[in-house]
Amino acid sequence: MLVPQEDEIEQPPYLYPDYVGTRLRAPKEPLIILPKTLSDVTGPVYGHHRPGELDNDLTRQHEGEPQGQKIIVHGRVLDGDGRPVRNTLVEIWQANAAGRYRHKVDQHPAPIDPNFSGAGRTLTDDDGYYRFVTIKPGAYPWQNHYNAWRPAHIHFSLFGRAFRSRLVTQMYFPGDPLFYQDPIFNSVRDEKARERMISTFDLDATIPEEALGFRFDIVLEGRYATPFERPHA
Amino acid sequence: MTEEKVQKLRLTPSQTVGPYLSLGLLREDWSELVSPDHPQAIRIEGTLYDGAGDPVTDGLVEIWQAAPSGRYDHPTDDREDLPLEEGFHGFGRSGTVDGGRFSFVTLKPGPVPGPEGTTQAPHIMVAVFARGLLKQLITRIYFEDEAEANAGDPVLRSIADERMRNTLIAHREGGNLYRFDIRLQGEGQTAFFKLSE
Repeated sequence: MLVPQEDEIEQPPYLYPDYVGTRLRAPKEPLIILPKTLSDVTGPVYGHHRPGELDNDLTRQHEGEPQGQKIIVHGRVLDGDGRPVRNTLVEIWQANAAGRYRHKVDQHPAPIDPNFSGAGRTLTDDDGYYRFVTIKPGAYPWQNHYNAWRPAHIHFSLFGRAFRSRLVTQMYFPGDPLFYQDPIFNSVRDEKARERMISTFDLDATIPEEALGFRFDIVLEGRYATPFERPHA
Repeated sequence: MTEEKVQKLRLTPSQTVGPYLSLGLLREDWSELVSPDHPQAIRIEGTLYDGAGDPVTDGLVEIWQAAPSGRYDHPTDDREDLPLEEGFHGFGRSGTVDGGRFSFVTLKPGPVPGPEGTTQAPHIMVAVFARGLLKQLITRIYFEDEAEANAGDPVLRSIADERMRNTLIAHREGGNLYRFDIRLQGEGQTAFFKLSE
């Protein structure tokens, strides 16, 4: 039996015509297999670039409090063997509670929140743990297809330990009614893989009278054997 | 299925950076890996194009490279006899909001070990992100003025199609400036890689 490779259904393809943006951007020539070398089992170590104190709390970056529902987004960054990915940079960006990005290209007629920039970053600790305080982003319309709406999501960017573990993904919220019509979410064809992009509601992380907790664990490519022999002197 | 397979955690899927990546990823300029005043500084400039030949103005190009000695500033590269440049980490990030253009000021990397005792020519790993890219694209920058090293490079040698191979070569435009355009799709499409497991 011919079993499709996991990355063909657990990762999105480059060309996914339902997502119109892929049509002119997906490469058409086949990808060339790149052997594993020192060039990609190493990668940027951004520990020297310490995020600022308020960079992981998107609700305290301005004079006033942002509008919307305050949430805690937290979890662990692990490799495929379950080991924590320590001291790695996690960057996030998102729309505000009304579903509007603070970006000149976003012309969706929802209000801009003067107290919300929608960007944060932090480093994982020794357990691979990270935590953000933010606002639950709103859904927003886009012009991909008739009546197209993006499910609420937060963009995540992670480095991991090596160039090959670099990941940009999106965290979604449980029970979102917009999943079924969203081609970006559904470009991941394996249902279980799609579920790995959905955070879980977390009562333990919920702060009474203040913020709902959501848990989002992220798995990156793993630790690597040295792919070359040391040259003889 | 082996026991090891069962215990493996599955990777989180990739998703597009979308059109608003600059909010999170371009808050600081990381495109200068060294000061432009560094005596060995080189500049790499290019434009990111889509399949219609239009510049992609909501993309992001990241680079990762060795120091001039050929050593990576990373714990896995423990060849301590090779010097690292003070303050040079080998990572750069440039948005393409300026008419699809990206640029880096960096140092030319040295040769690094390749598979099976080979030596890789000086090169820079490149990751491209953009709206419409559901996962990053990987390519490499080699240098036109390293013809001899390029001829022996195991990766370049593995690409039979000469046109494809040539898309990986940055062209020297006088002084310390190199041009390296990236075409996502179409006639002059850049060679992109899939990382082997």
